[in-house]
Amino acid sequence: MKLVGIAALLLALPGLASAQELTGTLKKIKETGVITLGHRESSVPFSYIDNNAKVVGYAMEICGKIVDAVKTDLKMEKLDVRLLPVTSSTRIPLIANGTIDLECGSTTNNAERQKQVAYTNTHFLTASAFVSKKAKNLMKIEDLKGKTVVSTAGTTNMKQLVEANAAKNLGMTVLPAKDHAAAFLLVELDRADAFVMDDILLASLVASSKDPAAYQLSAEAFSLPEPYGIMLRKDDAPFKALADKTTSALYKSPEGAALFKKWFQSPIPPNGINLNVPMNAMLKKMLEKPTDSADPAAY
Amino acid sequence: MNYNWNWGIFWEMNPEGSGTYLTLLLMGLRWTLATAALAAIIALTFGAIVGVIRTLPARWAVLAGDAWVEFFRNIPLLVQLFLWYFVVPELLPKAAGLWLKTLPNSSFWTGAIGIGLFMSSRVAEQVKAGIRSLPRGQAMAGTALGLTTAQTYRYVILPMAFRIILPPLTSELLNTVKNTSVALTIGLMELTARTRAMQEYSFQVFEAFTAATLIYLALNASLTFLMRRLEKAVAVPGYVAGK
Repeated sequence: MKLVGIAALLLALPGLASAQELTGTLKKIKETGVITLGHRESSVPFSYIDNNAKVVGYAMEICGKIVDAVKTDLKMEKLDVRLLPVTSSTRIPLIANGTIDLECGSTTNNAERQKQVAYTNTHFLTASAFVSKKAKNLMKIEDLKGKTVVSTAGTTNMKQLVEANAAKNLGMTVLPAKDHAAAFLLVELDRADAFVMDDILLASLVASSKDPAAYQLSAEAFSLPEPYGIMLRKDDAPFKALADKTTSALYKSPEGAALFKKWFQSPIPPNGINLNVPMNAMLKKMLEKPTDSADPAAY
Repeated sequence: MNYNWNWGIFWEMNPEGSGTYLTLLLMGLRWTLATAALAAIIALTFGAIVGVIRTLPARWAVLAGDAWVEFFRNIPLLVQLFLWYFVVPELLPKAAGLWLKTLPNSSFWTGAIGIGLFMSSRVAEQVKAGIRSLPRGQAMAGTALGLTTAQTYRYVILPMAFRIILPPLTSELLNTVKNTSVALTIGLMELTARTRAMQEYSFQVFEAFTAATLIYLALNASLTFLMRRLEKAVAVPGYVAGK
């Protein structure tokens, strides 16, 4: 990682960059005068649509900084920013075929996925936990013995749930759901006892539910916290170097902590809910020593 | 395009621990087949009954049949599955609703029945068209021979009507197979859902969807082939659908 970091720094030196022939995404942006950001529609608080039909969120602000940096670096007077909504099914093809240049959302960065796409510095860390109704009194993974548990189909959380079920011999009935909203609905309607997902997404689902006081998050997690990153095209070193340099400077500055406070510890649109996510040691380290590592142990 | 092709992905282990990625897709295919089979049986049964009802002389029967067809035909399949899965259990008495919610494989039963009833409206429409396409003289001849209405349908009208509508019924069968993919929205892990899971796990989206495309294509091509054979086998020489 260090070597990559040094290489990235070298490439990002302004004199060097402008002297070089532009390639990849930067060349495309310079030629077309347009940068396209992929965003999510309901990934609170990372990237979502607020009550004014505007795309907002923590990841969107970070992407905004990268856009500014691109504009300065390419010495462009005007840079058109286009927004395109993406889903978990469309984000990879749209990155690969050049429709979007950055995916600003809550995409987990792991080694498997790095074969296909690249990520800039991690902007959040989340562990797999579960939510259930308080009345059911489920706090630990052991408590799920014999229960019906739902997770979103095709997520790493589902994989961890299936593994824990087999390893601890819990005899759970595992239900797949199409998306987070559908999975949460199953818990709300008592079709499932618990929903296993990234803890931050669970917190935002609970906060925006009809009766937030009726739910609780588990005390125990299924995994080490995994990193979220902004996704960009693979094998595009100059663009990645610029994005890394920008995000790294942002996270280390007081602005990084302020941004975190704004989206995770203050009331956010559309309903003015406060997610109250504490800044733990790992998140602190993530901001102090930015890295794009996919390895949870690196944090 | 900046994409890392990896066709060997199908022989790599999937993270669910159920074997390779190919196994994952084939597990999905099994659910697709089971759902399509049950849905097709339901569609054919109810479609035939409702289609016949709509051609009966009794006015109330025609109205009831029309209502069935309009209800199931005019609401999008996606919405119907949501209604069956999320709304109906809430409308039932609490105990019955809870039983329905905790039923094993409830998304399979809900999906198959929902798709079956949706398709039954289309089958009914074709059965009706098949019956109407026969010359009115055939039913009259039946009456003249002293057959009851039931006997006329059983021995005169339906054998010809079903032969006539076999080709469009084939299309409906293929539609039933394709519509099973909508059941992924209520959590049925059929072929499309498995394909999406594969792309989430591996990020090899084009390989996953290419495989799904080929599997659907092969499945529906074989069904078409079998239905053609059936058409030939039951053809009446020298008459409408025959040669």
